[in-house]
Amino acid sequence: MLTLYTRRRIINVTGLLVSMLAMAFGLFWLCWILITLLSHGLTALTPAVFSQMTPPPGSTGGLLNAIAGTLMMSLLGTLIGTPIGILAGTYLAEFGQRGWLAPITRFINDILLSAPSIVIGLFVYEVYVIRVGHFSGWAGALALAIIVIPIVIRTTENMLRLIPNTLREAASALGAPQWKIVSFVTLRAARAGIITGVMLAIARISGETAPLLFTALNNQFWSADMNSPLANLPVVIFQFAMSPYEDWQHLAWAGALLITISVLTLNILARILFRQSATTH
Amino acid sequence: MNAEQVTTPKVIVRDLNFFYGNYRALKDINLDIAEKMVTAFIGPSGCGKSTLLRTFNRMYQLYPKQKATGQIMLDGNNVLDPKQDLNMLRAKIGMVFQKPTPFPMSIYDNIAFGVKLYENLSRNEMDERVEWALKKAALWGEVSDKLKQSGTSLSGGQQQRLCIARAIAVKPQVLLLDEPTSALDPISTAHIEKLIDELKKDFTIVIVTHNMQQAARISDFTAYMYLGDLIEFGDTSTVFTNPTRKETEDYITGRFG
Repeated sequence: MLTLYTRRRIINVTGLLVSMLAMAFGLFWLCWILITLLSHGLTALTPAVFSQMTPPPGSTGGLLNAIAGTLMMSLLGTLIGTPIGILAGTYLAEFGQRGWLAPITRFINDILLSAPSIVIGLFVYEVYVIRVGHFSGWAGALALAIIVIPIVIRTTENMLRLIPNTLREAASALGAPQWKIVSFVTLRAARAGIITGVMLAIARISGETAPLLFTALNNQFWSADMNSPLANLPVVIFQFAMSPYEDWQHLAWAGALLITISVLTLNILARILFRQSATTH
Repeated sequence: MNAEQVTTPKVIVRDLNFFYGNYRALKDINLDIAEKMVTAFIGPSGCGKSTLLRTFNRMYQLYPKQKATGQIMLDGNNVLDPKQDLNMLRAKIGMVFQKPTPFPMSIYDNIAFGVKLYENLSRNEMDERVEWALKKAALWGEVSDKLKQSGTSLSGGQQQRLCIARAIAVKPQVLLLDEPTSALDPISTAHIEKLIDELKKDFTIVIVTHNMQQAARISDFTAYMYLGDLIEFGDTSTVFTNPTRKETEDYITGRFG
């Protein structure tokens, strides 16, 4: 008995130790990244970053056009992708129990979810950019929307599946038709989870570089025209960080810090929102 | 059976069989539910009492592999007839579940939700109906000043009474209660039992319960089921004091189940 108990304790302690080491390993890199980012980014984060355009090498400037472009394309991508994602996710969770369409849709969505984003950029380049003949903000927003859709589909479906069936039965027992049950009861019950999914999708696209390289490209000057090439933070960071000019490298650090802070904020907000809803239900 | 002699039957069940896929969960059930009385279904887990209850409003229809055969007559119509309009059926037969199921909306909207499906009431009429239902469910005093609060913010016992209010707000004729107190504490249970006694003045009530004392306390008629068979059915005092079948006696005296 005693030896069995001792053995169990040794296994327990070893398991705990290994998991903690794994956690420390992961956190180490994360902290290193964050510290580097903060030390380089904070010094570069001047008011000019928010008020001036991206400069030619050797002169001072900021990131205003890139920030605006990223905001515009992320917003538009989210606006296009969210309704499609929520509708499709609702179909999968609430209406797809019978038949072959839902399993196939779910399978394809899983592929789309893990598709490399550069493939999505190339796809939009092929079907849109080549046809209209120039890079544009529209193409960028479209590529981002294609990234948003599978994320929102997946979270919407998962969140709706978490709603206990008894709630559906209760609404059904009152004689409510299915569309009413879904739109007034289950979607409402899953609302916080679905919003969380949308926020995570926004966080994801705000840092995407690859799909924008082939679609929105970049623009050194101020532009709010979605039909022309549009500056955006990820591509500016990509170009400036690789350049030999020190001012550009500084701006790249500032941009990287900006993206990281906004993604982090979105993630934290999503978590808080989800936790609040979990305690009230 | 005494049930037929003293009262008019509201629901008449004939040769009812129920299948989960190939498994036969109810076997040739024949039973009359007396109008404005409380009928209790008792029996060990898996005996089919909840299944029987869920055939009355065709709740099983949500699930593709479940089906029922036979007849359940309500006011001369066969509930199981495929032509039967499900939503109209459920307007006549309300249901309350084991776990409280408040909808994620305000207390007021929880009750208005069902009413709006069938009636076009003015704001005033709806206010009156909500108050009426909450009073009937003995909840008005506790929530009259917080009707705009979320239904999920109430305690478990209050949530269950909210669900009863929601069911009766539609003004059904029959009320199905599927173990309505098994998730509640004794005080809330007592509340609900008292409420059931009040409600039977207006509604025909069918209750499934795990608790034999509860069946003895609140029901007029009791059906004892075992493995999908209706073993014994009669007025509650007879079933509990002088059962005709040995199996019933064994279950009631606690020698089994």
